[in-house]
Amino acid sequence: MNIDRESSESEAPAYHLILEGILILWIIRLLFSKTYKLQERSDLTEKEKEELIEEWQPEPLVPLVSKDHPSLNYDVVTGPPSHKIIVNGKECVNFASFNFLGLLESERVKLKALSSLKKYGVGTCGPRGFYGTFDVHLELEERLAKFMRTEEAIIYSYGFATIASAIPAYSKRGDIIFVDEAACFSIQKGLQASRSFIKYFKHNDMEDLERLLKEQEIEDQKNPRKAKVIRRFIVIEGLYINTADLCPLPELVKLKYKYKVRIFLEESMSFGVLGEHGRGVTEHFGVNIDDIDLISANMENALASIGGFCCGRSFVIDHQRLSGQGYCFSASLPPMLASAAIEALNIMEEDPGLFRVLRDKCKHVHKALQGTPGLKVVGEPLAPALHLQLENSSGSRTDDLKLLRAIVDYSLDRQIALTLARYLDKEERFLPPPSIRVVVTVEQTQEEIERAAQCIRQAAEKILK
Amino acid sequence: CEYGHHASCTSLYKKPFVESFEETPLLVAVLTYMGYGILTIFGYLRDFLRDWKFEKCHLAREREEQKDFVPLYQDFENFYTRNLYMRIRDNWNRPICSVPGAKMDLLERVTPDYNWTFEHTGNVLKDVINMGSYNYLGFAENTGTCADAASECTVKYGVGVSSTRQEIGNLDKHEELEILVARFLGVESSMAFGMGFATNSMNIPALTGKGCLILSDELNHASLVLGARLSGSTIRVFKHNNMQSLEKLLRDAIVHGQPRTHRPWKKILILVEGIYSMEGSIVRLPEVIALKKKYKAYLYLDEAHSIGALGPRGRGVVDYFGLDPSDVDIMMGTFTKSFGAAGGYIGGKKELIDYLRLHSHSTVYATSMSPPIIQQIITSMKCIMGEDGSTLGELCQLSENTTYFRRRLHEMGFIIYGNNDSPVVPLMLYMPAKIGAFGREMLKRNIGTVVVGFPATPIIESRARFCVSAAHTREMLDKALNAISEVGDLLQLKYSRKNRHGNEGSDSFSFLESHQD
Repeated sequence: MNIDRESSESEAPAYHLILEGILILWIIRLLFSKTYKLQERSDLTEKEKEELIEEWQPEPLVPLVSKDHPSLNYDVVTGPPSHKIIVNGKECVNFASFNFLGLLESERVKLKALSSLKKYGVGTCGPRGFYGTFDVHLELEERLAKFMRTEEAIIYSYGFATIASAIPAYSKRGDIIFVDEAACFSIQKGLQASRSFIKYFKHNDMEDLERLLKEQEIEDQKNPRKAKVIRRFIVIEGLYINTADLCPLPELVKLKYKYKVRIFLEESMSFGVLGEHGRGVTEHFGVNIDDIDLISANMENALASIGGFCCGRSFVIDHQRLSGQGYCFSASLPPMLASAAIEALNIMEEDPGLFRVLRDKCKHVHKALQGTPGLKVVGEPLAPALHLQLENSSGSRTDDLKLLRAIVDYSLDRQIALTLARYLDKEERFLPPPSIRVVVTVEQTQEEIERAAQCIRQAAEKILK
Repeated sequence: CEYGHHASCTSLYKKPFVESFEETPLLVAVLTYMGYGILTIFGYLRDFLRDWKFEKCHLAREREEQKDFVPLYQDFENFYTRNLYMRIRDNWNRPICSVPGAKMDLLERVTPDYNWTFEHTGNVLKDVINMGSYNYLGFAENTGTCADAASECTVKYGVGVSSTRQEIGNLDKHEELEILVARFLGVESSMAFGMGFATNSMNIPALTGKGCLILSDELNHASLVLGARLSGSTIRVFKHNNMQSLEKLLRDAIVHGQPRTHRPWKKILILVEGIYSMEGSIVRLPEVIALKKKYKAYLYLDEAHSIGALGPRGRGVVDYFGLDPSDVDIMMGTFTKSFGAAGGYIGGKKELIDYLRLHSHSTVYATSMSPPIIQQIITSMKCIMGEDGSTLGELCQLSENTTYFRRRLHEMGFIIYGNNDSPVVPLMLYMPAKIGAFGREMLKRNIGTVVVGFPATPIIESRARFCVSAAHTREMLDKALNAISEVGDLLQLKYSRKNRHGNEGSDSFSFLESHQD
């Protein structure tokens, strides 16, 4: 027995040797064979490549634009965009600029801007991190935080960039954002930059939102570990610019605590308009401002300056100082514009009666425009920027726009300055129907409002028969 | 020049193109990594102490009512901010209270708790020499023709506009500005926007889309990267200022087409900058244009830092190389740096600008520029063009200052990156502790400098960045240079191994050098 085993151990069985021999030959073959790169088509010669390069023709950089495209020639305003605005050479009453509190022509604001110019010059020559932080910026941030009764505020030098930089600073790939369908374009750009999952709910439809939230809850239960790290946000506007109505904030706050989502509120149209002291939609509904995680607004409407700000708790806002792209990588707001904003805030704080006046005028305009033949008023009586849409659309957007433009031209001839609401047709996710924008400011008198309503009625009768 | 298409690349350049990016010395690299390693270990230790309440936590906390929400920030995302950035945070966001000219006044800040919070003492540090603001031609001033014109404009037009360009925010001033910018650049037509960052991020998506290819330089600015991402095109990155890498990408793109389907690309857009602000390098524009013409690509040139600062007539990098502006398809730039205002512009052929008038996100949704800012740009541009009677003195002063400053720093033995003609001068620091030390020591000597570290630069290549201005006099530059030399000796920053006069014995690296080789 032992002898047999020894002999079998001393010489390996034949198939073993043959197998190993084959393996060694295979390895040698692999070592000496060519490697194939997956991307290259190995059958192209240099000459063929040259031919391909010769033949390739790119599209023109931009497609041709026809000379009589309706939006190509802008309306030119000569002089300041004040209450009596000169459009295309005609002096008109301004129903088109978002100058809600009439601060564009305020002498106080201009004087403050002038004194700031004399002290700091015009530009800041640097971003906030590199000697671009002026004491006026710090003062403006403090004042805004105090006015809105939050811990901290951060200012941006461009209104559009405010919410578009704020959203991607918090929401990254893999996070979930629930957005209203009527959200404005800057929110849409912020969502695109964030690369998160976007879920749209029907405009102001809390049931639709709740349905989406419930679906997400079911998803979470399938994968609880992942659910613990995915952040969720709801992005809404206080007063929607596209539909001129309010968001149902108290219900949203209830949904926030039920489903544990954070709320980002965009208040460009409602800051300085709603609420007893102009603090926006939270004051209007009496919601505790700490319940909203982030409030963003631009200073270009009620505050009649340039730029935007975000306010909220320090826990939330401080993060943007290092992660907000529009804050870190861009030059800061020119100090004279910041001073103008501070003075505008002063005026707002000194005279809270302004807001009641504005609200009354809004109701007045809303009522005066009712019953225009062929046009319907879209928006709440509280909203300072209404839309006039065609009651019966002709079916083609270009034709509708032509009709509305004719109404605007008619009004301009009769010294009422109106404007079409502008959108990028191909880029908007939910393109609103064509409309005329009517803006209410505190400077418009009763008589002017009546005259404007009359003029629009005449225009509609004449053009939309 | 691998594919032998140009007889010699140097024939494209009318004057010598000298730039240097000296390699990081090995010992310095090792010490830098060690430094970061030690800081990381300490970071973990401090986090541990904070979690277990041995150390007071200064961080802002989530609300009690929202404690069971998904955390807003992941702990490790903010590790760097909490433990490394916080230590040297006083070097950034320094508030100023005067014109950001050649000299400025800083508000004094003290911190009782190691940079977690700051308090203003109320003192003002006066006449700090400003080596950080982008004030290349010295137009940041509160007196003089520009300021007067801007004041008049404020009185007449006010400050705000409250509407978009396509609606009722298109003032006559905007049209005046655009005609002037087109004339300045030598292009057919131009458009101005309210924010330089937004000019890139809102217009690149209007120009390219799916099915197009964007070839972007490695070190492009965040606005260009964001614009490219938002457009939805495929993005490929080529090595910084490396024409062989760019040519290879172009050839591969045209020969192989789109990935997987192999359909031909609709358009190829090359994104480059005039001066790269972190490196101080100037783009190799003649070669890029030669490549673009050969492969029929389009060129987008971002002249944020170079407009006004380069070229004998101040018309930017195209003027510097003596090229034809119509070769660059899209010339973009900002008004913040050399014009002392704010905003950006795009210049090019009339078809391009007409298209942008209709399709740019900014003209439809963003408020138009403020009138006094426009007036500042108009006045300063006319000054540069010499139209109001003044000479081109600032341009000569800037290039003289640049040459002098770079030469002296080079002689002292610092490692300076970039092109010899670029007014942006990065001085290498490398080690994390030296970032904070440099900024603070320079401030003690009344010089305001900018220091940059990760993530704006690669992790071991932190640097101090000086911006030379035409407003700096020779005395100011000398004072700054003496202070830099002093601090350089104190912190052992003179790493350079080439071209050093004097200062031989005081540096430990020369000792090591002579023993290594």
